[in-house]
Amino acid sequence: MKILVGVKRVVDYAVKVRVGANGVELKNVKMSMNPFCEIATEAAVRLKENKAANVSEVVAVSVGPKQCQDTLRTALAMGCDRAIHVKTDLRGDYMELQSDSVAKIFQKIVEEKEQNTDLVLLGKQSIDSDCGQVGPMLAGFLNYPQATFAANIDLDGDGLKVERETDSGTETIKIPSLPAVITCDLRLNEPRYATLPNIMKAKKKKIDTIDANDLGVDLTAKNKVLEVYEPPPRKEGIVVEDVDELIAKLKNEAGLLQ
Amino acid sequence: ASTLIIAEPAGENEVAASTLATITAAQKLHSGPITLLTNKALDASSLPSSVSKVIHTDQPLEYHALAESIANSVKKAQDAHKFTHILAPASKFGSNVLPRAAAVLDCSPITDVVEVLSEDTFVRPIYAGNALAKVQATQETKVLSMRATAFEKADADGSPNVENEALSDVEQQSLTDFVSANVSKSDRPDLSSASVVISGGRGMKNGENFAMLETLADKLGGAVGASRAAVDAGFVPNDLQVGQTGKVVAPELYIAVGISGAIQHLSGMKDSKTIVAINNDPEAPIMQVADYALNQDLFKAIPELTEKV
Repeated sequence: MKILVGVKRVVDYAVKVRVGANGVELKNVKMSMNPFCEIATEAAVRLKENKAANVSEVVAVSVGPKQCQDTLRTALAMGCDRAIHVKTDLRGDYMELQSDSVAKIFQKIVEEKEQNTDLVLLGKQSIDSDCGQVGPMLAGFLNYPQATFAANIDLDGDGLKVERETDSGTETIKIPSLPAVITCDLRLNEPRYATLPNIMKAKKKKIDTIDANDLGVDLTAKNKVLEVYEPPPRKEGIVVEDVDELIAKLKNEAGLLQ
Repeated sequence: ASTLIIAEPAGENEVAASTLATITAAQKLHSGPITLLTNKALDASSLPSSVSKVIHTDQPLEYHALAESIANSVKKAQDAHKFTHILAPASKFGSNVLPRAAAVLDCSPITDVVEVLSEDTFVRPIYAGNALAKVQATQETKVLSMRATAFEKADADGSPNVENEALSDVEQQSLTDFVSANVSKSDRPDLSSASVVISGGRGMKNGENFAMLETLADKLGGAVGASRAAVDAGFVPNDLQVGQTGKVVAPELYIAVGISGAIQHLSGMKDSKTIVAINNDPEAPIMQVADYALNQDLFKAIPELTEKV
């Protein structure tokens, strides 16, 4: 089985972002691998470690500026075998490069550069654009089966059984045969930390670079971002001394608990 | 202009709350007709008056809800009717099926819309709701998912005249098979649409202690939620999670108990009308967004609150 895993470089999840004149400020802000892409990478590496899955290689793919190479090195240190960097300086946080273009870039890679890919593992959403579109769009473009919001992935004959999160709990679906696209949810696994020896080893692994403009994909945003602004602030709250005061405020000020 | 809404799966002759909210969102787009895509014909009496047509696939519900299957149905309906707008609720169901349907139509979707400004311009949150993007769709067909808590539920007051149309020649196979559902049962109101939500965090210490919150929720007619920390610690199941990656709620009253208030949690509840935080750490971020912050041990405050309300 050959696995492709997508990794996106985003503003670190712990950063409180600031909105500037041209969208969210990205200068001098800590960037990291999107947490859901870490989960996808971990899922790929665990499948590789499972002898029964018979994984031949795991290829990490990242779309974005040259610094994405750092993100790819992290994926390689976690256990991916090699990497592809699709280079573009378009902003990937919804402003310029949007999910449909990214899904088409992945489609091209699967169809033209990395034929015989059996499984594409992606995060369920990135925490900058919060779109959650690349996985199901890629599956639609390729006409592959999809399993989004995966909470558990099991081998099942020639295919996979995936438990996926729903609004009322979980459901299990069967992918009778590969290839397929799976997007990973929070509880699928806990991503490992890359160890120092593995970080050193990762430096020797291969990263191929492709210019995004050379793939024949329309990279223009179909949805034009006209303005980015901060949400209106909530009005200042107050500290209440005890439960009695809380109940009184809820009744008299908020008009609740009547 | 005309709109197709991919209806969230619901019981026999029922329209899901998230679909009713999507119908309200659709009414803000234009005054053209609204059509629902469902697996079965619906009685006019169960529908809001703004719905004039139901296109149904005549398939078992579980099969109909598979993304591969529904995307093909949407394509068929779109080829026949050329809708200007195709909508779904921004629930887990909609988030699974809508982008695939958009890809099949070669459209770039706009997900998680919280405000409709015109037929082609919308507002959606980015960066966990720390910024809002005003975005204009430039393609002919607009494919959108609507955040249910941002729109009132349309009244299912009965439609004067509904045409039920069967979608013919829908492929009877999908690339995936439904195996089983593991649904958490609760007699409490649905978390996404409850008017009172009481959520517990890591401060609850264990799953058994959530019984305290359930008692209070029952007294207030509310639902129980949780932070990611509480779900990850195994206190409660995943479908209770409120936050950027869980459910987005906007009740009249949100009570956060023993929750520190990470950015990711705040993004799922900060549109609540009134927020109460009960925490023994006055510096916790949740205390800054709360309308009423009670700096007290939750194991003392919750029983007292339950007794006195």
